[in-house]
Amino acid sequence: MDRFIEILQTLARNGTRTALTALSVAWGIFMLVVLLAAGTGLENALLYQFRDDAVNSIWIWPGQTSRPWRGYRVGRRLQLTNADHDAIAALPGVEQITSRFRVRSDSTITYKDRVGDFDIRSCHPAHQYLEKTQITSGRFLNEDDLAQRRKVVVLGAEVVRHLFRSQDPLGEWVDIGGVAYRVIGTFFDDGGLGELSKVYVPITTAQTAYGGGDRVNAILFTIGDMTVAQSQELATEVRRTLASRHNFDPADLRAVRVRNNLERVQSVTGTMKVIRAFLWLVGLGTIAAGVVGVGNIMLVSVAERTGEIGLRKALGATPARVVFEVLQEAVLLTSVSGYAGLVSGVVAVEILEWSLPANDYMQNPEVDLGVAFTAVGVLVVAGLAAGIIPAWRAAHIDAAHAIREGA
Amino acid sequence: MRSMAEPVLQLRALSKAYQVGGRPLPVLKSLDLDVHQGEFTSIMGSSGSGKSTLLNVLGLLDRYDSGTYHLGGVLAKDLSERRAAQLRNRMLGFVFQAFHLIPYKNAWENVALPLTYQRVHRKERYRRAMAVLERVELADRADHLPGELSGGQKQRVAIARALVSEPTLILADEPTGALDSATSHLIIDLLEEVADEGRTVVVVTHEPDIAERTRRIVRLHDGVIADDRLIPRRERSTPPVDATEAAR
Repeated sequence: MDRFIEILQTLARNGTRTALTALSVAWGIFMLVVLLAAGTGLENALLYQFRDDAVNSIWIWPGQTSRPWRGYRVGRRLQLTNADHDAIAALPGVEQITSRFRVRSDSTITYKDRVGDFDIRSCHPAHQYLEKTQITSGRFLNEDDLAQRRKVVVLGAEVVRHLFRSQDPLGEWVDIGGVAYRVIGTFFDDGGLGELSKVYVPITTAQTAYGGGDRVNAILFTIGDMTVAQSQELATEVRRTLASRHNFDPADLRAVRVRNNLERVQSVTGTMKVIRAFLWLVGLGTIAAGVVGVGNIMLVSVAERTGEIGLRKALGATPARVVFEVLQEAVLLTSVSGYAGLVSGVVAVEILEWSLPANDYMQNPEVDLGVAFTAVGVLVVAGLAAGIIPAWRAAHIDAAHAIREGA
Repeated sequence: MRSMAEPVLQLRALSKAYQVGGRPLPVLKSLDLDVHQGEFTSIMGSSGSGKSTLLNVLGLLDRYDSGTYHLGGVLAKDLSERRAAQLRNRMLGFVFQAFHLIPYKNAWENVALPLTYQRVHRKERYRRAMAVLERVELADRADHLPGELSGGQKQRVAIARALVSEPTLILADEPTGALDSATSHLIIDLLEEVADEGRTVVVVTHEPDIAERTRRIVRLHDGVIADDRLIPRRERSTPPVDATEAAR
């Protein structure tokens, strides 16, 4: 307590200078916290697009050939079929697989006197894993539904709300494009309104009922815990399989479109790493400027107090004690002002988060505990660093000389 | 008059030289000196006589090259900075020409400063600081900052600070150099009283009339002791009781 008062007395002697230095340290920490929180927000926003899909998945859509191949002309439209689905399913490494067949978009869905226009998605049972569909009541589609081409349907929460209000939809019958389906389940999805407005029916039923034949519009599958390299290899393998089945150049990237989510997540994470490192660099640089300021003020303060320090040494202050006192002063100055910066940074981030309109670039900026602790650690180290040179100077003051020169 | 007891300060063949342009320049040349407890001694000399260097050596603020310096029976030679600081703290009291009070500390805090380096608790520091302030008749100024005190008062506070750790030796470096003559005599009186109370006081000065007020003058010339003489006790501006003389 005694020492604390003593340090405050010395700091208070140069109030303005101390305050300005403290401000620069606080500003450094404030910037670090805000920058890192913004980085987290950016990362959240970038990863948001993967929120409701299995990250370890590969999606395939048919395209149009862009290269001539073995006598086939350019610009040929490809059509994927159930056979392609089976061929891909047979590839090693493919886990859960589903196709999608798109029911005509003018299909309306009717329950009694209520009519809604919702997206009808026909698929395999494995679709549940690819879209991370969360069943809230009843069940999702199963193999028997497909084998028997049952007219059953699973409704998204938004569909239920629109058609059934608060009524329990399970077991009720709805009409889709003139065909009656029994409701077997309802679901929730993190993908937002769009995903909640979906209706799932067995792909076999849809192909039969709406003239799909064996055609499919997309094939989606998960790949387990593969590395990115392995997933890229598998994607190439899929492309090669389809190339030989449909007679197109395996190097023709437009013939089928392949989206490797694992690769995309990795690239986002990779980008974020660089951004994060950059933000740390900027933040630490700002703190470093503050620390240099502290070191500077301490140097000036030691120089101004040469006489006093000399006197203290004459009266019995050991060199270690002198070093300790100067370091204490530096650490107190940096940690108190840094703490103020930390707190105001956290407050600023909270305000930012609270006032931020929904957007694609910044979501839930936040200060995680790890960052806060790191910042505090950085502070203490910075304080010590700032004090080292002045403390060394102070310890080497020649008492006899300093006293003679006067205070 | 000098007791046969071990001297408080004992120099034997003490020498010191500075390196000037690569050559040694002797400043103190084989000094021998004994100062006993209760002595009130002045060291005189012109600038360049080695007076300041001797003061630094005596004050454990500087090293010497050869010979010995015993302070209170302890050999002070080749001390580490840490050890020197500890010895200064326990055995020496300093009084400076420019007072050297810390401007943002009040009188009693300044007086108590040496005690903080002995890890004495604040309450105890206050008690002891007040006791010595009482001794120099400044107890009523205990809460005043140095800026609020007159020169004489400042020097009395400084003397109190030199007394507070009950040191073996008090070193006063031109203690009256910044004071008018009336105040100077009061300060010398105070130092004399301190010596009369049994403390050993060494005053370094270049002012003959100040030196004449002590009981022994050691005259330093060109690094050697040119003269060492006792001065008979004489009338004081504030007459002391003769009992102090009788006690010897």
